Amino acid sequence: MSQPTAATIPGRTEWDGGVSPMGVSYGKLMMWFFLLSDAFTFSGLLITYGLIRSQHPAFPGDHAHFVFSQEYWPVPEKVFEAVPFFHGVDLPLVFVGFMTFVLIMSSVTMVLAVEAGHRMDRKAVEKWMLWTILGGITFLSCQAWEWTHFIVGTEAGSTIKEFVNGSWATRVIHGANLHENQYGPHDFADFFFFITGFHGFHVFSGVMLNFLIYYRTVTGMYDRRGSYEMVEKVGLYWHFVDLVWVFVFTFYYLV
Amino acid sequence: MAHHASHEPEVVVIPPNKEKIMHLWKVAGILLVVTIFEFIVAFSMQHGTWKTFIFVVMTIVKATYIVGEFMHLKYEAKVLIWSILVPIIFIVWMLVAFVYEGMKLSDVNFLR
Repeated sequence: MSQPTAATIPGRTEWDGGVSPMGVSYGKLMMWFFLLSDAFTFSGLLITYGLIRSQHPAFPGDHAHFVFSQEYWPVPEKVFEAVPFFHGVDLPLVFVGFMTFVLIMSSVTMVLAVEAGHRMDRKAVEKWMLWTILGGITFLSCQAWEWTHFIVGTEAGSTIKEFVNGSWATRVIHGANLHENQYGPHDFADFFFFITGFHGFHVFSGVMLNFLIYYRTVTGMYDRRGSYEMVEKVGLYWHFVDLVWVFVFTFYYLV
Repeated sequence: MAHHASHEPEVVVIPPNKEKIMHLWKVAGILLVVTIFEFIVAFSMQHGTWKTFIFVVMTIVKATYIVGEFMHLKYEAKVLIWSILVPIIFIVWMLVAFVYEGMKLSDVNFLR
C-alpha cells in the first residue's frame, strides 16, 4: 500500500524537488486528475439529463396504469422491464440490477488483484484480473442486449400523430432511435444512448486496459520491473467506471 | 546443463493478509446490501421528494465506499484527498445552477 506520508528522494533537498507531498507516483496522481476531469464530463451529462427531464411533464396518474406517450417523460421502470429468456414477463429493473451486481463484483475482483500485486503474487494477480475481465465482458454483453431491446421495441409499439403532406396522419412506431422514440419524448432516447453509450465505451476501454495488464502480468513484465503499480493505476480507472455506473443506475433507472 | 542462466528475477511472494482481504469483502457486502435496499425502496415507496432523497443519500454512501476503500483515497496523504474532493464543488455549483435554470425553464414551458 502506498504510504500516506511524504516521500523523500535521496540526494535531493526538500527545496530541490526532493519531497513528493502527495506521497504517490506521477502516474497514479495523473490518473486521479484524469478521473476528476472525467467525473466533470459525466456530471455534465447527468445534470443536463435532469434539466431536460424537469422541462417535460411527469406521468400524472398512478404508475400501475402507465402507458407510453410522447406527452410526458416515461417512468424508467416501465421502459426497462425485460429480461433475456423471459419474453413478455414484466420484470422491472431486474436485468439492470443484475448488471449492477456484475459491475460491483468485478470491482471487488479488481481490488483483490491490486492487493495481490502489492504482495508480488503473480498467480493471484492473474486469477483476479481474469475474473475482472470476465465481469467487464459480461456487463458489455448485457448492455448490448439491453440496447437491442430498446432499439427494437415492443410488439404493441406506440401510436404517434404526425403532419405528412399537409394533413395529420397516425403511425405506429416500435422502439427508439435518435429521431423517434416509442417510450416517450425523443430526448429520453437520446440521453439513453449518449449516457449509457459513453459509460459503455468507458467499460470497453477498461476491459482493453485490463487485458493489457493481464498480458503483461502473465509475461512477467511486472516481476522484472519489481512493482505491480500498473495494476493499481488501471484499478483506479476500473473502480471509477463502477462509480459512474452507481450514479447512472440511480439517476437514469431508479429516480 | 550445469549452468542455467535465468533472466527471471527472484520474486519474494508475501503471504496474503486475511484481515485485509476480509475487510475488502466486507465493503463489497455493504455495497450489495445498499443496492438491495435501493431495490426495495424502488418498489415499496410512492414517487416523490422523499424517495429521490433516499436514492441520492444511498448513492453518496456507495460512492464514499468505492472511492474511500476500493480506490484507497481514504488512506492517501491529506493533500491528495483534498485535491480530489475540493474541485467537486464545481459539480455541486453546476447542479445548483442547472436545477435553478430548469425551474425557470419549466415556468416558461416553451416545449408545449
